[in-house]
Order: sequence, then structure tokens, then C-alpha cells
Amino acid sequence: MTALLSLDGLTKAYPGVGANDDGSFAIKPGQVHALLGENGAGKSTLVKMVYGLVRPDSGTLTLQGTVFQPNSPQDARKAGIAMVFQHFSLFEALTVAENVALGMESPPAMRKLAERIAEVSTAYGLPLDPGRLVGDLSAGERQRVEIVRCLLQDPKLLIMDEPTSVLTPQEVSILFETLRKLQSEGTSILYISHKLEEIRTLCDEATVLRMGRVVGACDPRERSARDLAEMMVGARLATPTPKAHDKGPVALRLDGVSLASANPFGTSLKDIAFDVHEGEVLGVGGVAGNGQDELLALLSGEQTVARDLIQLNAQAIGHLGSDGRRALGVLAAPEERLGHAAAPNMSLIENAALTGRVRVSLTSRGFIDWAKTRGFAEAIIEGFDVRTPGPSNPARSLSGGNLQKFVVGREILQNPSVLVINQPTWGVDASAAAAIRQAILDLAAKGAAVIVISQDLDELMEISDRFAVLNEGRLSTPRPAAGLTVDEIGLMMGGAHDMQEAAT
Amino acid sequence: MIRLEKRPAPSRLWAYLTPVIAVFATMIAGGLLFASLGKDPFLSIKTIFYDPILGEFAFYYRGQLLVKAGPLILIAIGLSIGFRAGIWNIGAEGQYIIGALAGAAVGLAFYPMDARWLIFPLMVLAGALGGYLWAMIPGILKTRFNTNEILVSLLLVYVAEQLLASAALGWLRNPEGAGFPGSRNLRQYESASNNELILGSGMHWGVVAALIAVIFAYILMSRHVMGFNIRLAGESPRAARFAGVNPSRLILFCLGLSGALAGLAGLFEVAGPAGQVSIDFNVGYGFTAIIVAFLGRLHPVGILLAGLLMALTYIGGEAAQASLGLPSAAIQAFQGMLLFFLLAFDVLTNYRVRLAREVST
Repeated sequence: MTALLSLDGLTKAYPGVGANDDGSFAIKPGQVHALLGENGAGKSTLVKMVYGLVRPDSGTLTLQGTVFQPNSPQDARKAGIAMVFQHFSLFEALTVAENVALGMESPPAMRKLAERIAEVSTAYGLPLDPGRLVGDLSAGERQRVEIVRCLLQDPKLLIMDEPTSVLTPQEVSILFETLRKLQSEGTSILYISHKLEEIRTLCDEATVLRMGRVVGACDPRERSARDLAEMMVGARLATPTPKAHDKGPVALRLDGVSLASANPFGTSLKDIAFDVHEGEVLGVGGVAGNGQDELLALLSGEQTVARDLIQLNAQAIGHLGSDGRRALGVLAAPEERLGHAAAPNMSLIENAALTGRVRVSLTSRGFIDWAKTRGFAEAIIEGFDVRTPGPSNPARSLSGGNLQKFVVGREILQNPSVLVINQPTWGVDASAAAAIRQAILDLAAKGAAVIVISQDLDELMEISDRFAVLNEGRLSTPRPAAGLTVDEIGLMMGGAHDMQEAAT
Repeated sequence: MIRLEKRPAPSRLWAYLTPVIAVFATMIAGGLLFASLGKDPFLSIKTIFYDPILGEFAFYYRGQLLVKAGPLILIAIGLSIGFRAGIWNIGAEGQYIIGALAGAAVGLAFYPMDARWLIFPLMVLAGALGGYLWAMIPGILKTRFNTNEILVSLLLVYVAEQLLASAALGWLRNPEGAGFPGSRNLRQYESASNNELILGSGMHWGVVAALIAVIFAYILMSRHVMGFNIRLAGESPRAARFAGVNPSRLILFCLGLSGALAGLAGLFEVAGPAGQVSIDFNVGYGFTAIIVAFLGRLHPVGILLAGLLMALTYIGGEAAQASLGLPSAAIQAFQGMLLFFLLAFDVLTNYRVRLAREVST
């Protein structure tokens, strides 16, 4: 069988960092092809070259036997290549149909387009109401908008970048049905993910990238997840090991907190009540957009509430802002690394001062001690294996995984008594993720209370002592994590949000 | 094919180099403009850039240089701090007027008492306070009602101009002025005057204040937590909130500081070079200072240099108008080119130019 698309010796050099060097592989028609690799391994660069976003320095792309040189995503789309990005590019204040029309070169009349959307989305088991505002949709539904937008172009190749990170387990299985249906119709799919179990169930062939090079290809159905991970990392992986420790007294307690979201399209928190003990990891699962950001803002002190609603070791702290809570040892690491946890254009030294200045006492009489701050930044870089040429580099020059190690490390090195982390390993490669999880477990073993908010259920099951779910701004009663099945958790998360499976 | 490639980090070299290149590009383009008007381009450029400093009549122009640069720098320093935080005070002209009015009013209230040690410091305080309070109006409206500070501060300029006219024609008019508009001349009132400290140098207390402001701003922005918070809020408002910065306090601080400095500039001007409150007292320093702030890339030292350069183009421009008969519109176009080229070459700080060949197949 001839390949639909073959990549031959694609090279792309970036100043300062090695990106892609001689990437070669082929995608056959009707194949689900996995692209595996750590963060910074060059997956995105490779895919962007296929989609016309980045021009290769050398090498060739061959599409159905002819040389293919996309200069822009429009070229790629014309050639039948569509892509669903990890970050959605949708306008919340516009309807589904308007959003789809925005991505088209010559959109048909709105009514006709709406009919097409309804038709295509039901055919593939991704029901969508074209007239709804995107701002009112769940993350899973937004992804459907992106997928339907691609399907309207009748693509020969559909590229999906980490598509399941925002879905419930039930939604994932529905997505897989859709992809299989597409596959049976002859569409090829290039599937980028770091979730190895998914790749094993879905993909026919996997290409593994490491440090910008193709280091191997295999049939993922015949390999174990551990094998795949080790191919990716090029070394044996250490599984995080929880240290045996006793649960201490209650560290943080919330008494029925309700809080309106600061964001008009956000989710308001309703009657949040829980406690977390010293030495305990409380996992908070749930699909993105169900109040995760708001919960973090509530705990970090970015939003304050009445005094007594939040108690740290029986001391009322609800009214304290970020700095006041930091001084008492309540630290947080938000999900959005660039622009929330760190300022993109500021150096790592400055970003170390961003949260560290209270507890590490980096200031004296209002003046920042930059030498001491540099020392703190260097300690983070060294202690958490952050790969960067030096602490003077801006935060945006780091890869996602490295920046996340920096952000998590910055909080952990401040010896928190309570640490709240939203999405600790989102978009982070396997080895960095393992290191971060281990650091969380070590921190809990030292007696800190840790709240991990995540959409990665495997991760939560691996590190949590107790588990609760955030659904439409309400937090379920925490249950011991041991013994929970994925099905039970999926139902706690609100099931599949009225979705139906694709008719096959 | 020419392509722009984003640099992983902004280039320091280019950040320093672009203003110099921009000045040279302005000289070339300006020279062409003047040549097309039938003037000798080299002579024109020399008249603008060289004569005021080293030419035959430089003894006269040199003093003017500091007189013009002083208020520009003082106002621009205040504005730049707000701009770094993403707080856009466009109404420095109004704060400048109110500062001048408040300071002059205090000085004239004491007339003809002889107590410089008391009156002049009080005037300085009143000037700063006047500008501060005028800037607090957009500040409080923004923090309370989320109004846009750009619009409010700008519109307040026109209110301030009306107040200035009413003062010059009414409540501050010189009672011995035979009915002419304008206040008493403060330069002739020893206790309230802000005359040159060194004769012929143009150096008055306003210039001293501008230099102090440069040093103060440099320390604030590079060492102090407040400066760090300001930069953080400008870079990434959400990260600033996360770091514990209170946005309302930051807005009030930045607007208040820029207002106070603009008010100071107004007071030093009215008690010194201008001498009196008159209808046409303000000549646009508050607006030109916005250009100076950006020309100096919002950096205190850069603003110091940009203020001097801007003053030079004004003085040189006037000289060129007088001696070569260049139209004033050509001089304004010339000044506009300077900002244009600066912004254009600014691209090189964040991007590098690649002369890329087509990808070989």
C-alpha cells in the first residue's frame, strides 16, 4: 500500500534549542498513526511543518506521490489536511456556526452551514446545536466544534494534538468511535498524545520521537505502556512510590463556600466543603471548565471570601489575599503556566520573585535582593532539573514541561503547609510528569497537605489518598481513592454529557 | 525572501542600537524631505542637530535645551511608570496645567510677603498636589466604576484648559495689569520665582527635579518591589494578581505619581520660564512627553536622552524655520519621522531578519 503522506528527512533548527533533525516516517491511507514523544521532542514542530505553519529547513513531504510544500495552513487544508489543536481557537461570544464559518475560506450561507453542521455532527456521533454560544459549551463540546470544523472539509488526513486531555472517560470512548468510523471511511489520522493506554487501544502504528529524531516505530498494540514510555524517554522509568506516612490532623478546611466566578463564562463555585489532612493528597477530578480555575483562585487567595469560610489549622484565613496566605504557608500553582503562574517575558529570576518573595524573604525594606533571588531561581533549576541555559532566560523560552517543573519547584521549595496544584502534568512529558508526581508525594510525606486538581484520572489515582470530583461548580464528598473504578469515577464526573456513540 | 523570525529572548544589543539607527534614518529621510522643498539637506540637518549645541549662537540655544527638556523628562518619567504597568495616562497636559495653577495660586496668595524659604517650597508642594488630585479623578473613576482612564484623563485636559483661561482672565489676573489677561509675573516676585540657578545654563529647579526623578525612577523600577509589581502587571495582569498585586492600588499609585510629576513640571514652568499664568501657558509638553516616554523605551535613562533629543529637534527646528525658512509643518513631519522610525526599527529587538532561500526540494 502506498503512503498517503510521507515525511523524509525533515529538519528544522531553532536558535538556541535543537528542534527537528531528520524526521522521516509515512502515514498510510486509513491508518491511525501515533506520534509519541516527550515534550520538546519535536512532535509539535513536525506537525506544524505538515500543516504549513512552520517551513522546514530541508527535507521533503510527499502527499499521494507528489511533492507537497505547504506555505500556510490554507495550503494544507486545500490539500486535505486538517488539524485539531490542543488549545481551542474559538470565540466564546459567537455561536457554533459562526465559529465554524470563521475558519472557512468562503463560508456558505449561515442557514446552509448550520444544516451541514447538524448533519455531519450527528453522522459522526458528535451532536452539536449550531446556534448555541460557544461560551456555554463544555470543553468536550468545544472540541466537537473543532472536530466538526475539520470534518466539513472532508480531510484525507486529520491531525489531533492531545485530544483527550479535556474529556471524561465516557467522552473519550465516544471520540474513539468517531475516529474509528473516520478510519473505516479511509481517512488517516495522525494522533499525538502522551497517554499511552489510549495509543495502545486506538493506533495501528506509532512513531517515537526523542530529541528531535525519529528513534523508532512499532505497533503499539503489541507493546506495553511501559515499553512505549521507555522508548520515548530512552531510559528506564521510575514509578512514583508513595512513602508510607501517617495522616496528620486537619490542615485546611472549607465550610460551604459559594463564590461567583470572576469570568462571565466561568463556573461559579457552589457550597464547596471539604477538609484535607497533613500528609494527605486530595485529588480533585472533573472535566475542564467545571470550576477548576475558580477553585484554585479561591484557595490561592486571588479571590477572597468571608473570614471563617476557610480555615488553616483552625485559623480563619478566608479574608486573606495571596500574600497573606503565602506567609502562612498556603501556596498554589495555577494551570496556565504562561501568563498566570509565570510572566512570559520576564526572566526566571524575576519569576522566582513572583511568588517567592514573601516566604523566601527576598526583599528587605521594600527592595528586592536580586542576588538572593537569583540564588533561589538557581536552586529551583537545579533541584527540579529544569533545562534552560540559565536563570536569566525568559519564561517563555522554556518548554512546557520544563516551565512546569520550575513552577512546581518554586512552590515546593518554599516549604508549603498546604499546596494547591491545578493540572500538575498537563502537556508535560512522561519523565517530567513522573518527577513532578514524585515531588508531590515527597512533599506529602513530609507532612504537607496537597490538593491536586487534574483532568488526568490515571494521575489522580496514582497519587491521591482521597478523591473528589468537581462538576458544575459542586465538589462531591471526597472518597478514599483506593478501590474506585474508572466507571464509578466517570459517573461521578457526570457521565458522557448526553452524548451518543457514533452509528457504525 | 525576507522573513522575520521571533527571537527566543529580546536582543539587548538591538534595544540599545535601534534608537541610534532611528535617528540616522530620520536624518536621511528628513534630508530628502528638505531637499524636495528646495533647501540644502546638509545645512538643514546641521542647523537642527549641530548648531544649537556647537554653532555660533549656541550660547543662546544651550540654555533653551534644558528649559525645554526639563519638563518633558519630568512628565515622561511619570508617564513611563504607568505605561509599564499598562495604565495609560494621556492627560498629563491637564495635570501640568492644574499643577501650575495650584502652585501659582499659592505663590500669589502670599504676594508681596518676603519669605522664599516658606513660599517656594509650599508652591512646589501645591504644584505636585494639584497634578496628583487632577490625576486621581480618572484613577478613582477607573477603580470605582471601571471607566477608561485614557478617555477620562484626556478629556480632563480640556477642562483644565478652561480653568486656566478663567484663572488668567479672572481670579488670578494681575490687579495691576491694566486689565490685560495674565497673572502677576512670578519671576519678578523673588520669593516665588524659579529662575536659572546658573546664569545662561537653563538649569532651574525643574531640571534638577527631572534629574532626581530619573534616578528615583531607575531605582524604583529595577530594585523596589513596587517597580517589580508595576512591570509584572504590565507584562501579565493575571500573574500579577496571582503574585498578590492589588490592581486598584497600582492604578492609583501610577496615576497619582504621573500626575504629581506633571503638576511639578507645570509649577516649575509657571514660576520660571513662563513666568505667569496666561491663557496660552500650556504648549503641549504633556502630549510630547508621551512621545518622549516611548522614544526612551520607557526606561529612565532612555527618557533622559530622548527628552534632550526631542528638545533639540524643537530648538533646532525653530532655528531652521528662522534662518532657512523651512515651513513649520516640515519640522513637525520631521519630528513625526523620528517616532515612526523608532517604532519601525523596534521590530529588530524582538525579531531577527532572515534572508531565506526557498526550501530546496
